[in-house]
Amino acid sequence: MQSKENKKKIQLSKYMVYIVLVIVFVFFAIILSRKGFTNPTNLLNILRQTAMVSVMAVAGVFVLGAGQIDLTVGSNAAMSAMIASLILQETNSIILALLACLAFGIGIGCINGLLVTRLRLPAFLATLGMMQAVRGLAMWITNTAAVPISNNTFNQIFGTGFIGPISVLILWTLVFYILGYIVFNKTPFGKHSLATGGNETAARYSGIRVNRIKMYVFMLSGALSAFAGVLYAGRMQSGRYSFGDGDEMSVIAAVVLGGASMAGGTGSMIGALVGSILMGMISNALILAGLTSAQQKIVNGLIIIAAVALSNLAQRRKKD
Amino acid sequence: MSQYILELKNINKSFGAVKVLKDVSFELLPAEVHALVGGNGAGKSTLMKIMTGVYTKDSGEIIINGENKEIHSTNDAKANGIAMIFQEMSLVPTLSIMENIFLGSEIKKGAFRDVAAMKVKTKEVLEKLGLELDPDTRVSDLSVGMTQMVEIAKAVSKDVKILVFDEPSAALSDSETARLFQIIRQLKENGVSMVYISHRMNEILEICDRVSILRDGQNVTTLNTSDVKMEDIIAYMLGDANAGHQFEWIPRTYDENGQDVLEVKNLKINEKLNDVSFSLKKGEILGLAGLMGSGRTEIMETLFGIRKPLGGQILIDGKEIVNHSPADAVKKGFGLVPENRRREGLILIHSVRENAILPVSAKLIKHKIFNDDKRINRIVSDNINDLGVKTNDMNDEISLLSGGNQQKIVIAKWLNSDPKILMFDEPTAGVDIGAKGEIIKIIRKYADNGGSVIFASSEIAEMMAVCDHIITIFDGRITGELKREDIRTEEELQNAIQRK
Repeated sequence: MQSKENKKKIQLSKYMVYIVLVIVFVFFAIILSRKGFTNPTNLLNILRQTAMVSVMAVAGVFVLGAGQIDLTVGSNAAMSAMIASLILQETNSIILALLACLAFGIGIGCINGLLVTRLRLPAFLATLGMMQAVRGLAMWITNTAAVPISNNTFNQIFGTGFIGPISVLILWTLVFYILGYIVFNKTPFGKHSLATGGNETAARYSGIRVNRIKMYVFMLSGALSAFAGVLYAGRMQSGRYSFGDGDEMSVIAAVVLGGASMAGGTGSMIGALVGSILMGMISNALILAGLTSAQQKIVNGLIIIAAVALSNLAQRRKKD
Repeated sequence: MSQYILELKNINKSFGAVKVLKDVSFELLPAEVHALVGGNGAGKSTLMKIMTGVYTKDSGEIIINGENKEIHSTNDAKANGIAMIFQEMSLVPTLSIMENIFLGSEIKKGAFRDVAAMKVKTKEVLEKLGLELDPDTRVSDLSVGMTQMVEIAKAVSKDVKILVFDEPSAALSDSETARLFQIIRQLKENGVSMVYISHRMNEILEICDRVSILRDGQNVTTLNTSDVKMEDIIAYMLGDANAGHQFEWIPRTYDENGQDVLEVKNLKINEKLNDVSFSLKKGEILGLAGLMGSGRTEIMETLFGIRKPLGGQILIDGKEIVNHSPADAVKKGFGLVPENRRREGLILIHSVRENAILPVSAKLIKHKIFNDDKRINRIVSDNINDLGVKTNDMNDEISLLSGGNQQKIVIAKWLNSDPKILMFDEPTAGVDIGAKGEIIKIIRKYADNGGSVIFASSEIAEMMAVCDHIITIFDGRITGELKREDIRTEEELQNAIQRK
């Protein structure tokens, strides 16, 4: 009955993140016109700086879509960067470093998944505990010392390299979003994740193995945050326990800005990419504006609230 | 002053371009129980939501006690003594009866809650309704029926003059319904006017004084229930004098000497349901008849792998199987249209299309991994045509569809996965009469094409219309097995399920 009108509103909420992006962009472009905010180099910089959060947000779409939450992504990335740098120091083998990182990340995802499906812990608490434990592990392994990476090929491939004017970090981001988009939108796994988050009972009663889906989304999240750790290592040419501090929140904010609901059952891959870029753009602009890091934190927090409130408003109107 | 306590005059309401109510009028006498009936989408819920302030009217008048009133919010409605008992319960399960009744209007002594005073008041209200409940009982510890009684108590505690019930008996057992009717009669004696929305004609004839019928957002007529028969009401609702007879039994044929598709032997599910045995043949429709709580749902849930059996055997085509999960059951050829459509059957925030293909989406793929969108679209549009689903677009959110159309999509889910055994648990609950008949036809057709069906319903007329065989269950025990042709009247079956 009301569907026509409803559809229009659904569309609005779907595109809200793009509208917010444009508003924020224009706003900063005007305010920071003399500080080079709109320079192509700066714009590419934004994409480069957000690559890690962007990659983790690919998995975030599946995790939130399935009605779960993963707080381990940031510390998982840090530990992976430590593993990569230590293995490169010992063996200089890029393949080995990469495989070890992925294995570690998937392992953490596996533990998260088991805690949620077998012990039936709420995902928030299970991954909150794991987040602390993994961060502690990353500090403990070298007693908080940073580990430099001297393997230039590794650094080039995963961080500092450029192809033409485009950073490899941007290319990696693109690769993961293309893969993520295909899996999320074009395979049954994507739909089954959303079904699990949309109504777990109904999904189970339809013959979906919801516990298996949850395991898979946590393992995917582990694998992608490990890869984000590799990108951190390549970009900073070192492993450091503090990498990715707070990224879990950036990822959630990006995915929710992109149209996902914290309650599960919805989400958009392109939305998440735009959400991550939006987050990166805000931090970049605040630095350019010359704010101190304390001021940056305050303004950043307020802008995130405003942006989510704006897209919520569009969602809420849909319900009336 | 007018004789009516409430008059709605020429109410119009549109959602977007669609006119949902066209010049609808409705009058309520003091201390009467007034039934409001109509197919899903006839506008009865919308009309009541306008009266209770959930929606606002586009035009028309609301006259209460002869005075013109504007109702813009539920608070306006409350101020005029109008309250509604919702289909989905509106109590907080973790709070006590007392806390719920006074939620938002706590009696206070200074800044603090006056618990003693509230308890006394709660007891009074409960006693007035003849409910012997402890005000400190948590609502989550109450049965569904009792929860609803508390909901009524909450409304009555606020000095209501007009109370609206929306399908109040849908989740109640027969004894609970009888209790509800006692309370309604009690309220009537106290001078409360009530509007009673229901699809159950017997109840309307039993409890209501007058009945108003809506069709396609317009008034059809208002009648005294003492002057009408069930068939008349159904005919007015459908606008077709012959439609009242669609629950007629059509004898079916299937190979009665064929091999059993399903055999259940001495299945033990819990202490009460500890020896369930029956069998099902290809093309047979087997009814599980029993009162609410007799164990019908539990039997189907066990076959579907939702509950773990404590003992006994389940055999398919003569081979023993174990279903550890619904996913196992689906693989072995079971399907279940569950009792609670909104909670267990559908993902309400997803589209018609996503819901219809959920059990088979992993099979509808091309190049081994990708969704085969062409095939999916074809299947879903076939579903919509074959089952007569009324929807603008398969990508519309399923929550926008009426109950009957939602249920057809739940059935479509299973027809698409081509199960050997399809189980229906209360498939027509909260579905209008027209869609009920269509659902029964769909079930017959599925069985005629060789599917086997287990069918459970509280509505005896439906069981009589569709089943070949009926097993009666009382309190967890199978008390009899009847062939459909041996049952002559509804009363016979009604009596059979009451017998220990």
